Amino acid sequence: MKKKWISFLCKNFIRLFLLTVAVSVVTFLLMNASPIDPLQQNVGQAALGTMSQEQVAKLEEYWGVNTPPLERYLAWAGDFIRGDMGTSLLYRQPVAQVIGVKLLNSLFLMIAAWVISGILGFLLGVLAGMNRGRLADKVIRGYCLVISSTPTFWLALLLLMIFGVWLRVLPIGLSVPIGVEASGVTFLDRVQHAILPALTLSITGVSNIALHTREKMIDICESDYVLFARARGEKGWQLFKNHGFRNVLLPAITLHFGSISEIFGGSVLVEQVFSYPGLGQAAVEAGLGSDFPLLMAITIISALFVFGGNFIANLLYGIVDPRIRRGEERL
Amino acid sequence: MKRKTKSNRRTRVLLGLTLSLVFLAAVCIAGCLCTEAARTADFGRKNLSPCFPYLFGTDWMGRDMFARTLKGMSISILLGVLASVISALISLLLGIASATLGKRADQLITWVIDLIMGIPHMLLLLLVSVALGKGLKGIVIGVALTHWPSLARLIRAEVMQLRESPYIKVAQKLGKGRWYLVKTHILPHLVPQFLVGMILIFPHAILHESSITFLGFGLSSEQPAIGVILSEAMKHLVTGKWWLALFPGLMLVGTVVLFYVAGESLRKLLDPGSVHE
Repeated sequence: MKKKWISFLCKNFIRLFLLTVAVSVVTFLLMNASPIDPLQQNVGQAALGTMSQEQVAKLEEYWGVNTPPLERYLAWAGDFIRGDMGTSLLYRQPVAQVIGVKLLNSLFLMIAAWVISGILGFLLGVLAGMNRGRLADKVIRGYCLVISSTPTFWLALLLLMIFGVWLRVLPIGLSVPIGVEASGVTFLDRVQHAILPALTLSITGVSNIALHTREKMIDICESDYVLFARARGEKGWQLFKNHGFRNVLLPAITLHFGSISEIFGGSVLVEQVFSYPGLGQAAVEAGLGSDFPLLMAITIISALFVFGGNFIANLLYGIVDPRIRRGEERL
Repeated sequence: MKRKTKSNRRTRVLLGLTLSLVFLAAVCIAGCLCTEAARTADFGRKNLSPCFPYLFGTDWMGRDMFARTLKGMSISILLGVLASVISALISLLLGIASATLGKRADQLITWVIDLIMGIPHMLLLLLVSVALGKGLKGIVIGVALTHWPSLARLIRAEVMQLRESPYIKVAQKLGKGRWYLVKTHILPHLVPQFLVGMILIFPHAILHESSITFLGFGLSSEQPAIGVILSEAMKHLVTGKWWLALFPGLMLVGTVVLFYVAGESLRKLLDPGSVHE
């Protein structure tokens, strides 16, 4: 049994590693295929015209225009494995440092949103599933439909309009107050600036998990053991606590681990609207400004998060459902 | 009496489907017709809040927001339709290939699916758009080529299941070729999955398209895609011009809801189990 677990883990880690390498190759190929000239993009046509030949050559070397692609990739990969992510061309700082700061900002948002949307979605899903066909179910389903049809950035705009511009109770952007020294920023300031972005992400994250939990809950409500429990006179909260909760909780958790990629995508948009200096905003800047090392690192880190989430989800599936574990043994 | 209410439900679903399709077609055509109106700037009527001739108000250049929104929606709908048709075809091909061409092909295809789903979708779109030079081309190709993995996974699972069914096993033993099996036994079974999947790709495609244009990759402000309209509106939000963001966004949400409704109704109509409802 133990041996099987070890081989299962090994197989998964090899797969994870290969996928990550493939992500880096795909990212590199896409960046490399880009017809955008990094010099024109970042220095500007006019400035380029006034420069001497040597200056241009120097800049070209800086942006790596003339190095052959394969050499560039190998040099980058060699450094990356040794833990050196290179230097961001836009920020002129080590990528690790840029990402460290941005990731911390983003994680703050994403973890808050991930937890809130998970709990809220689970509760709504259970509520809808237990009251199938009644008003509560219809309202929750309608809400999920509308939310999953709403672009994240528009919801962010709406919230910004209501709370930032109209009611003026929350700041309209950034992660710290303007004009305050870094040492003077309190934790409360940070929380206050993260409320709107986190709220947006939480609201949009709810619908998927709520609908999924609802389906599971309906399955459970139609099962024989619930029928029997009802016959014994259990209902409402008691029924849910004794028979529903555990059965529906683990599938919901696994699904939620698998949906990390969506939170990541949403954070790109939300951070853009609220000018929140996180990973998503850095990705957009790196993309628009052809900052190759930074974009590579961001893609790989986000892919690692997604793969990690999927991996945990797979593990949990095995733990939750003995049938899947047995299926794996057979393979 | 009972029978009448039952038949009504199916008719209602059909009616809903038709209405949403008609609405979408109408928006599309109207948008194509008001290209000029969307472009005309008139500084004599700038920054009007919504009133009678300008239902959605006008922007800081006096452009009619209603015309701009219609135009933007029609661009988005056309792009979305294109993307969902292409993505659905890719997923059909790969799903069938994965389940019929043997284990190696299956491993390869599932691996590619995992790979593409591993990069957050917004990031992938951003990369494709950068690779193709941030133009309309990047958006079209990016949106069209990245929406197939989840449907491909579904179709693969479906074909896997079909392959185990007795009548296909029998046909195999009778010596029928692979292509014959796919054509006569598997494809007809996949039609409902395929159609519903195709329609349900649309909402994702249109939301991603508007998001990526919102981020500034792609269309210029000459082409008022809905993302461009909203990102312009964001700059004027703080000065209290709420209508610039509210109405185009509502229109977008409405369109996407209609597509979801259309997809779900089609699913209900095609599902043999619901014939008696």
